[in-house]
Amino acid sequence: MPLGLLKYGRGDDYPYERQPDLPGPTELKDHYDVVIIGGGGHGVATAYYLAKHHGITNVAVLEKAYLGGGNTARNTAVIRSNYLTPEGVRFYSASVKLFEGLANEFDFNIMYSQRGQLTLAHTDATVRAFRQRAEVNRHFGGRTELIDRKSIAELVPCLNLDPAELPVLAGLWHKDGATARHDAVAWGYARGATQRGVELHQLTEVTGINQAAGRVTGVTTNRGTVGCHTVIQAVAGHSAILARKAGFELPLVAYPLQAMVTLPVKPFLNPLVSSSALHCYVQQTGRGEIVIGGGSDPYPLYSSRASLPLKESLIASAVDMFPFLSEMRLLRQWAGITDMTTDYSPIMGVSPLENYYLDAGWGTWGFKATPICGQTMAQLVASGGQVPELIQPFALERFDRFQQVNEMGATAASH
Amino acid sequence: MKMMECPLNGPRNISEFTYGGQVQVMPDPQQCSDLEWAKYVFYEDNDLGVVREWWQHTPSSYWFIAERHNGSDVILRTYDPATLFTGRVDFQDEGSPS
Ligand SMILES: Cc1cc2nc3c(=O)[nH]c(=O)nc-3n(C[C@H](O)[C@H](O)[C@H](O)COP(=O)(O)OP(=O)(O)OC[C@H]3O[C@@H](n4cnc5c(N)ncnc54)[C@H](O)[C@@H]3O)c2cc1C
Repeated sequence: MPLGLLKYGRGDDYPYERQPDLPGPTELKDHYDVVIIGGGGHGVATAYYLAKHHGITNVAVLEKAYLGGGNTARNTAVIRSNYLTPEGVRFYSASVKLFEGLANEFDFNIMYSQRGQLTLAHTDATVRAFRQRAEVNRHFGGRTELIDRKSIAELVPCLNLDPAELPVLAGLWHKDGATARHDAVAWGYARGATQRGVELHQLTEVTGINQAAGRVTGVTTNRGTVGCHTVIQAVAGHSAILARKAGFELPLVAYPLQAMVTLPVKPFLNPLVSSSALHCYVQQTGRGEIVIGGGSDPYPLYSSRASLPLKESLIASAVDMFPFLSEMRLLRQWAGITDMTTDYSPIMGVSPLENYYLDAGWGTWGFKATPICGQTMAQLVASGGQVPELIQPFALERFDRFQQVNEMGATAASH
Repeated sequence: MKMMECPLNGPRNISEFTYGGQVQVMPDPQQCSDLEWAKYVFYEDNDLGVVREWWQHTPSSYWFIAERHNGSDVILRTYDPATLFTGRVDFQDEGSPS
């Protein structure tokens, strides 16, 4: 039998795609219609929809390291739409809808798994905020409700309902909450984009934005200069640094965000669980690992080195919620640099330069927005700068008008 | 644990300190435009390099200034704010109800 299996595996009728998922490296062309800076999920999703929905395929995605190696690889893959503001809920709900159909659309398994997300309230003020979030969510078609301790115990039997002098009072149960394989999302989009003619150039760092008369004419890279008609920047943690190269400032501050996973164990935890007061969230991946994440580092830093004090406080909170986790062993721990806005909403749309568009300020919550960002950014480019209604509230100039879209309370504990 | 030199209390664990934002020049709130105020409130340099920041030693509520490299996290210098701020700023309360 083993020999037969080996023969089958090497034989011609083994259903193995001999085409690699992505084409190999090529030379840079002199000119592209669109250059996308940053080959994370957002960059390749934008390229994908440009090609698929708008027939724009003379596109280069320039990535300084490798595909999806930035925050796309580092995030904890919480997908949800239970935000606070109508602007936010509308936008993230559209993304959740797209996620639901993505694996089919790609013909590529993104391991999308809609298991629901539970956020715990430990104070009356949080319960009030949850009530509001549940109402706003339902209004926009989301499935979110406030549940009591009894229902929480039924949903997550292994949860400690009285952690560290902070008894759980109620929970925000968001049935649309989900998770997916983040790398697969990036690869699915990249494969779909390159199959349609988009070029993905890894190990290609943009070091300068070339301009003439208020317009961008091209970009300088470590592999030479390329001309282009339009540029989109989607570089997450490095957004402010790149924007400064283009000649303007962004209201962002870079903070590290850390996370970790344990060794895999048998499935025991279906929903994603987060606590607003303990600044911690815990979930089990499809492979059995327990993912533990929480709030940002206490001060700004452009370094993705993980630190012991933050790990200690995260673990302490995780053990408060699930005491038996103290028996587990950590497998990996890491950090990513996040580009934080003061209102915990993104910066999308036009920039001070005419043909230079922004997809930035994604902070600690942008993985879930990957599909809708790609779609709306592609629309923006294809229409020659008409900002789609869905992303108008996230304009850079909202800060000049003091019209922030405040999602802090709905973001800080669970991303 | 990482240490920070408090100008008042000497070297202490970094966990005893609270970060308070970048040191910025405040425009005159009565005279400046809304746009200038927005820039002051929402924008920080956020560039890679040495930054000048407000920090508080939390147990003693003492605020001071630190110069820190935000890539390597090396703290180069800490000092009392009186080094930079020599005058007093008075906020006139024009809009209070009578
Ligand atoms: C620990 C952690 C947990 C998180 N958890 C969640 C979560 O649960 N749910 C959620 O929705 N979000 C989460 N996030 C946030 C999420 O990861 C990001 O918002 C999202 O991945 C941003 O996607 P992106 O494609 O814009 O960025 P990235 O994937 O970071 O891609 C940007 C790319 O730009 C490249 N780049 C930078 N500068 C240049 C240059 N000059 N030239 C060329 N390329 C350049 C980088 O190498 C990088 O690959 C988390 C983040 C972290 C760090």
